[in-house]
Amino acid sequence: MIARPAPAASGKPRLTTSAMIASIAGEGQRTKPAPFGHALVEAARARPGIVGMTADLGKYTDLHIFAKEFPDRFYQMGMAEQNLFGAASGLAAEGFTAFATTYAVFATRRAYDFIHQTIAEENRDVKIVVALPGLTSGYGPSHQAAEDLALMRAMPNMTVIDPCDAHEIEQIVPAIADHKGPVYMRLLRGQVPLVLDEYGYSFELGKAKLLRDGADALFITSGLMTMRAHEVAERLKADRIDAAILHVPTIKPLDEAAIVAAAAKTGRPVFVMENHTVIGGLGEAVASTLLRNRVQPAGWHHIGLPDAFLDAGALPTLHDRYGISVEAVTARVKAALG
Amino acid sequence: MAEAAPLLPNTSLADRAYRIRRNAVLMGEVQGQGYIAQALDIADVLAVAYFHAMRWRAEDPDWEGRDRFLLSNGHYAIALYAALIEAGIVPEGELESYGSDDSRLPMSGMASYTPGMEMSGGSLGLGLSIAVGRALGLKRKGSDSRVYTLFSDGELGEGSVWEAIMAAAQFGLDNMIAVVDVNNMQADGPSTQVTAFEPLVDKLEAFGWWVRRIDGNDLDAVRDAFDAALAAPEGKPRMIVADTLMGKGVPFLEQREKNHFIRVEAHEWRLALDALDAGRPA
Repeated sequence: MIARPAPAASGKPRLTTSAMIASIAGEGQRTKPAPFGHALVEAARARPGIVGMTADLGKYTDLHIFAKEFPDRFYQMGMAEQNLFGAASGLAAEGFTAFATTYAVFATRRAYDFIHQTIAEENRDVKIVVALPGLTSGYGPSHQAAEDLALMRAMPNMTVIDPCDAHEIEQIVPAIADHKGPVYMRLLRGQVPLVLDEYGYSFELGKAKLLRDGADALFITSGLMTMRAHEVAERLKADRIDAAILHVPTIKPLDEAAIVAAAAKTGRPVFVMENHTVIGGLGEAVASTLLRNRVQPAGWHHIGLPDAFLDAGALPTLHDRYGISVEAVTARVKAALG
Repeated sequence: MAEAAPLLPNTSLADRAYRIRRNAVLMGEVQGQGYIAQALDIADVLAVAYFHAMRWRAEDPDWEGRDRFLLSNGHYAIALYAALIEAGIVPEGELESYGSDDSRLPMSGMASYTPGMEMSGGSLGLGLSIAVGRALGLKRKGSDSRVYTLFSDGELGEGSVWEAIMAAAQFGLDNMIAVVDVNNMQADGPSTQVTAFEPLVDKLEAFGWWVRRIDGNDLDAVRDAFDAALAAPEGKPRMIVADTLMGKGVPFLEQREKNHFIRVEAHEWRLALDALDAGRPA
């Protein structure tokens, strides 16, 4: 029996919707529109070798902005993800830098072998840019890429990036355009929140950055969970809890030195937070790094998605349900710190 | 290893095909097994591709003005190595290293191992998609180089092949020439019994390609098909459907029922070479 919400005044039950195109921005949060699309246009002005490709998801990956600006450098490959990545490999083999976009699920799950063989094994200059990473769609498992980082981390030659916000995405685009070789980049699209500019942050490929220091807890985070960690840390100040945040946008290669240095500081437990299943993502990468370097933090807490097919529903509901909302994370940190 | 007859500048296509077959059999002997029957069936196509149709430079395999040759069916590497050795792109002395540890000639073709190998095959159904990207890239550069892709009838079962076939038509990639080897044999048996890909010419034409079907072991027909493909109407990708005979040129291999992956007794390799010599053009 499924619980139904109480009827609204009209008599009909008022349901929370599962809008697939939902922005992950919170109410009143500062945002920027389509940072990837605009940044790619800027990068492409200075780099004539850049081409853009998509598999019928131009509008939904913010690539339509590039397509409008450079129609002759844009390739609509149709709803054919295997062909998208094979053709991207071919364009790269002819000297072009191919930015190929689709949803994270279709890149990683449907076209894995094409990425593995034609892009990673051949070490081609293809940038795989994917919307709806982790749990950023309420559409159910068909669109929820809970395991994308695990799949892409395991692939040799692949650089894997999980950006936090619009400020960071704008900086990542030129950085990966100048980096020779395959890159997998998670994308936040549409109205994308702005957070990291408050920290005077600048992205460096392969570098983790300590956004803030704090004696009571260390948050090791990537992607939109850095944004959540920022809000959680602000809330915890009221409880006189000072949390440090180490933002790790490059999941591979992992900045092990920065992780070890931050976690070795005695007295504060580690909370890894990731928008990804607890299997094979940032959490397990950090855990093995600490074990190999004989670092034993004061506590270990792994906040991520469960090893399960996730529910369909509204994103705020789901983020609460699976423990990655600001409220859920705050409660968990407080409980852990007693 | 016996030395082949010295190379003459006016070597006929028939002699090229003979020497490609011979190189393949010598490599098969190194391993005692392999995709020999495929190498023998496709030798005539490779002879025409490398010694009639394509532009390349033996001393500079990455020459920008070359035509690209993509081996989608990576297990045909033994056949392509045989052609690359005949072309002088791979030194003949490496023939004996085929499939051995640290060799530049692995059993399955890979881009980073071998001069003249443009892609990593092995996982079937990749080649035509890469070819689409290559062809788009060449057009972007204003290059008149062409992209040749060899794939096998078994690969027609891969959905990605049809994705690429549609994309090539969508973009009007008339710089693409593909050859599908219809030897009617795949791992589990005759290809036509595994997947219903016929009528292939009708299908490909309906998909917007220029198509010519030939006996892939009739050298004159193969040469004419490549010439016709090069002269085909603008705006259409071109496909040569080559019906071939597994083991062509070595009668006891032609007649072997299960010849997808052949094990050959030690004494049989000499017999195979003798059979090739017997059929060698005068």
